[in-house]
Amino acid sequence: MSEHGTEPDGGSGGPAVPAGPDPQGQEPVVPEPERALGELAAASPDSAEGPEPEDTWSPSGRARAIWDSVLAGNSFTVTVLAIFTALVVGGLVNAFSNNTVLHAWGNLFSAPGHAFAEAWDTAVSAYVALFEGSIFNPHTVAALFQQASIGTAFHDGFVSAVFNPLSETCVQATPLILAGLAVALPYQAGLFNIGGQSQFIGGAIVAAYLGYGISLPVVIHVVVCVIGSFAGGAALGWLVGELKARTGAHEVIVTIMLNYIMAYFLAYLLAYHYLMQAPGTVNPITLPIAGDAHLPLLFGTHLRINAGFLVALACAAAVWWLLARTTTGFEFRSIGKNPSAARVAGMNVERNWVLVMAIAGGLAGLAASTVIQGTDFTLDNTSFGTYGIDAITVALLGRGKPLGVVLAGLLFGALRAGAPLMQAQTGTPVDMVEVLQAIIVLFVAAPPLIRSVYRLRKAGGGGAALTLSKGWGS
Amino acid sequence: MTITERVPTVLAAGAAPASAFRRWLAPATFLVFGLIDIFVLGLNAHQGDATFAFSQPFAKVTVPNLTLPAATTCYVCGAITIAIAAVRAFVPLNTALRRTAMGLVSFLLVLSLLCWAAAGLTTAFNVVNLLQGTLAGSIPIMLGALTGVICSRSGVINIAIEGQLLLGAFMAAIVASGTGSLWLGLFSGALAGPLVGALLAAFAISYLVDQVVLGVVINLLILGLTGYLYDAVMIPYQNTLNSPATFSAIKIPLLGDIPILGPVFFDSTIFLYLTYIAIAGVQVGLFDTRWGLRTRAIGEHPVAADTVGIRVIAMRYRNVIAAGVIAGIGGAYFTIGSVGSFGKDMSSGEGYIALAAMIFGRYNPIGAISAALLFGFATQLQSILSTLNTPIQSNLLLMAPYIVTIIVLAGLVGKVRGPKAEGIPYIKS
Repeated sequence: MSEHGTEPDGGSGGPAVPAGPDPQGQEPVVPEPERALGELAAASPDSAEGPEPEDTWSPSGRARAIWDSVLAGNSFTVTVLAIFTALVVGGLVNAFSNNTVLHAWGNLFSAPGHAFAEAWDTAVSAYVALFEGSIFNPHTVAALFQQASIGTAFHDGFVSAVFNPLSETCVQATPLILAGLAVALPYQAGLFNIGGQSQFIGGAIVAAYLGYGISLPVVIHVVVCVIGSFAGGAALGWLVGELKARTGAHEVIVTIMLNYIMAYFLAYLLAYHYLMQAPGTVNPITLPIAGDAHLPLLFGTHLRINAGFLVALACAAAVWWLLARTTTGFEFRSIGKNPSAARVAGMNVERNWVLVMAIAGGLAGLAASTVIQGTDFTLDNTSFGTYGIDAITVALLGRGKPLGVVLAGLLFGALRAGAPLMQAQTGTPVDMVEVLQAIIVLFVAAPPLIRSVYRLRKAGGGGAALTLSKGWGS
Repeated sequence: MTITERVPTVLAAGAAPASAFRRWLAPATFLVFGLIDIFVLGLNAHQGDATFAFSQPFAKVTVPNLTLPAATTCYVCGAITIAIAAVRAFVPLNTALRRTAMGLVSFLLVLSLLCWAAAGLTTAFNVVNLLQGTLAGSIPIMLGALTGVICSRSGVINIAIEGQLLLGAFMAAIVASGTGSLWLGLFSGALAGPLVGALLAAFAISYLVDQVVLGVVINLLILGLTGYLYDAVMIPYQNTLNSPATFSAIKIPLLGDIPILGPVFFDSTIFLYLTYIAIAGVQVGLFDTRWGLRTRAIGEHPVAADTVGIRVIAMRYRNVIAAGVIAGIGGAYFTIGSVGSFGKDMSSGEGYIALAAMIFGRYNPIGAISAALLFGFATQLQSILSTLNTPIQSNLLLMAPYIVTIIVLAGLVGKVRGPKAEGIPYIKS
């Protein structure tokens, strides 16, 4: 669970601030000889390349390099600052749409401190609830220590309760990571897949049908459902790729249209008993899938975390391997960088478009599988939720890289996991999470903006992964 | 990454050879339509006649009803469609004839659909209501598409039309309800578009963010923000903040009494008349004024435009922000133009349809409007058919406009070439 190292940034907003000054703090502990060497190293390029404006303190070479990189707004700094800024903006939105706070502002001149205190309380309590719902809730530990013995604590689920927020974060992150990969992979090949929703529905229909419609031996049933969902999503992805390759229809428009088509198609399937609607009900819902089609739970029955999380991590690793270590991945990346050059180099651009979209569709289908087989166990006409559009933010925050997608998925998974508690405790609507996601991505997408807000120096290539400046035609 | 390096890339990437598939796509689609006319609609039509009414109750001048034998009409339509498919397949036609063929085939399909739906009904099927609903329902799509045309022609891809519509709807509702003034509501709705447009412009033009991605993210932001404020502000104060009045229809004297055309074109809310002004303004503005020439110049070849002294970046900012007014008004229609109160995700993807209409209309105002009307017609047809208790499932009908969009983009219009510098930020060197 080391992935959660970055989580407090998202959950509380506090730790994001010290990220900058850290290297400064390390400065005095650098040993004397190394410092001298560093000064030498720092001095010689300076004299060669001209004066450095902020040379008032002389750190060691390595600390200097790190500090420069941080100041220059490398992609990590930009991401952390973007998340921090989004939390500040989100807190302001929250505080200024809250009735109590607005009332306090009304009495600003009679009790000026009160208004600020109310605004601060509203914003902070929402984030505290978000943190408690997604990472760690102190009340569960207090309850744990009141138990008579370790044995009863385990048996009655008090130990599980401590880990429940983390488990929920992973459960929420699972489909986000998979759907995020479905956006990130085509992004590397220069395609923008907004069709996560349609591919998710495609996968969900197959997974649910195989889950309740057929009976198979224990392990095989799960595997067949998972593979089926991949195929269901892949079929829709393939359609998009094929249309683009053969007719040039832009994938953005086609995927958006397919999202609506599949949503209505699902509603159609769930409207008739002879199609997929469960017998004896008027609700648009399927039968529950068979027990042996459930993804196995990882840590006992009290926690919902299941094998789907492992599937997501495995897929992230597989996508990394595909992109970094295979010829196909090299072709994808070449086409993403410059399709004309790739074509001249003898690559079949159209075939790769079809392939990458089919794989991406399959990944989105797997996301559906983890929802249908991991947590919901039935399919209804809201199962697809907002995974399709959340996947875009996940992929953008992760900069289209598999590891980045995993981390971004965990962050947004944490936001989703904490949102219900936040609404219950502070009355902040769960839509706040969508606002936060969009603002984070907006800031991440514009490193120059973050640099100018925080007065960071401009450096070459600092996290400008999204500044691609492409037209429709690519 | 200068402009001159990028342009050939953009051009070459789109020039994928796929001619055999394309060549047969249109005739094959026509053939399928013809077969649908005969076997799906004709064979399943109820016995009896389909009656169509062309005037509304209490109209000053009435037009007699038209009665057609339902099944026979379907067969005839199907036969003509298949004949057109054969012609389209084996006779080379010029562009105008190809479009005529497409229009004719679509019309015949719709006619058979209507005959099939209206066969054996006790009341006549009112065509005027269908057309009136089409025009009114297309207002957000038309206005959104016009905004898209201006932005694209200026060289900025605007996918945030959806966000502009949604924020327009939200602000119009909350202001009209809060102040009690519809005109203030309309004004605020119109202001929402430029707000989103300014966000888009800043990130796209100054911070060089990928414009397709940016538009989608802005839409997410607006979706989240309006959803959040709806829950946080509108739900608790439903009566004061989310129950605006709506504009009522204004019938234009004389013109409004023309049979068929009058009720369709000249008896509607202020929004339709504003749409007429917007269409005329954008069409004339883009092609007959100095502003239009400059706008098209910065969208096609910003370097050349800069050379002759046009301030490319400033003009792009101005155009993107100003164009937002049109989409903002389109958004306001959702609330104070039709149903009144605001609902979450109220624009429900019409901004994206506007985008598709813009591309379908080949980046021309008139073309975009025609495409928008086509989408509006499909939606309106669906909503009327669903009230007629036709055996077709409403979810399948709701899919129709989206499927039509894909078919249209995939082959029937051919390769659409946008402004050359669209989506490429201008970096002054």
